[in-house]
Amino acid sequence: MTTVIKVPPSLDEHTFEQVLEQVAGIPEDAKMLLDARHTKWASPYGLTALLTLGQARGTRASFAVPENDETRSYWSRAAFFYYAADLFDLQGVVPKRAASGESQVLLPITPVTGSEDVHQVVGHIQEKAQQIIATELHLEPKAIVGFAMTLSEVCQNIIEHAGQGGWVMVQTYNYRQRLGRRVVVIAVCDAGLGFRRSLESASHRALPDRWDDAAALESAVMRGVSRYRDPGRGQGLAGARKYIGRWDGKLWVRSGTARITIIPDWDDDAPLLEQLPYFPGAQIQVTIPERAKR
Amino acid sequence: MTNHIDLGTVLRQTLSASLYSNLVTRPTGLAVRTQIESLLADTLATGRALTVIDFSHVSMIDFSCADEIIAKLLMSHGAQGLESYFVFRGMTEDHWDAIETVLERHGLALVVERDDGVEIVGVLALHERRAWDMLKKRGRLALADLPIESDEMQETVRDGLDALCRRRLIMRANDMYVPVGELA
Repeated sequence: MTTVIKVPPSLDEHTFEQVLEQVAGIPEDAKMLLDARHTKWASPYGLTALLTLGQARGTRASFAVPENDETRSYWSRAAFFYYAADLFDLQGVVPKRAASGESQVLLPITPVTGSEDVHQVVGHIQEKAQQIIATELHLEPKAIVGFAMTLSEVCQNIIEHAGQGGWVMVQTYNYRQRLGRRVVVIAVCDAGLGFRRSLESASHRALPDRWDDAAALESAVMRGVSRYRDPGRGQGLAGARKYIGRWDGKLWVRSGTARITIIPDWDDDAPLLEQLPYFPGAQIQVTIPERAKR
Repeated sequence: MTNHIDLGTVLRQTLSASLYSNLVTRPTGLAVRTQIESLLADTLATGRALTVIDFSHVSMIDFSCADEIIAKLLMSHGAQGLESYFVFRGMTEDHWDAIETVLERHGLALVVERDDGVEIVGVLALHERRAWDMLKKRGRLALADLPIESDEMQETVRDGLDALCRRRLIMRANDMYVPVGELA
């Protein structure tokens, strides 16, 4: 029997939880169909998390592609189908991927497995981000360097801690629903070890009495704790937090059954959520808003 | 002996692809630092060495790379007691965020070369800062020449100068204290 998982019409970091809730009780080896036929929009987080879900499953799932032409075209330009074809049995009309250079996506979905990938991602974003960040988001030029640094550090989180590859995507869009302004969003998702298991692998440090995914996220994201003995470790996410705070941005980190969020004034998300449906690895989203008009 | 190390060149020699001008990722930082150590090995064997690390051809550096290159280079040379001095050239605001973060994390300071001379940036104790300000103002300083009103003040400045010497942030030549960059 195949279980049908309904992908919401609008897929972002919040609505992706609906997908995980449906997947939660399904055995690893059970057949599954992800039905995205009625999905009209997906954020970078939504797209990279879908790939991560495919990567995490023991059995290859089926995937019904969106029926909407524009949606299909965008997902194709974002390189979603290119990578999804390796993970899912795609059902429906799949557009051919546009040639390189035609995409309007700031950074299409890009696999991250090693240091070289991070160099390419950062180089690519430096070329394209200048105009977007200065012209569309009205941020100071130095925000561009900080953005590239943040991108580099969150991508390295995959290499350092996941134990396997993941994906990154960067895009700008109008965040009408919560903010009424444009935003630039980095999404980085992997299905690897996750924060708790990564920190547990540190033999030099005793774990606290209360130890679960939420405690691991608090340690890593809020206190810069790393699994390495090297005192220089753990600065990447701390540095990213500093940058995000300076530009009134939002940081969302999900791992295992918990999620921690650094919340700006313009948002009312929960700072810490526990007992979420289990999802392996780590999923990170950075949102930097357009500077508010005074 | 003075060495000049262009980080942009080292980066391109270190990575297989020659197009990158960003110092990003910890493995890249490790590879670059290893290359720097190897370039310095011969000159350090001969005694005192001054090395100019040039950022002019580096677009950006991230936290991990700054930690791996700058912090570890300064700490390892300090721990080994080498008479090894560094001056950082071509450092811009684009590099500074990451570098400042790692200096604060490890309690380090370094010498940067600017248009109007050299400056010490990073973590300095108050007596070190006072001593540096005085040395910078005078150019070079002999303890006997200190324009100090009290013995206590003289001791503070001398302690500050000695601490800066131990941290390889200034040099001592005979009985004179000298800013490191002056000899670069």
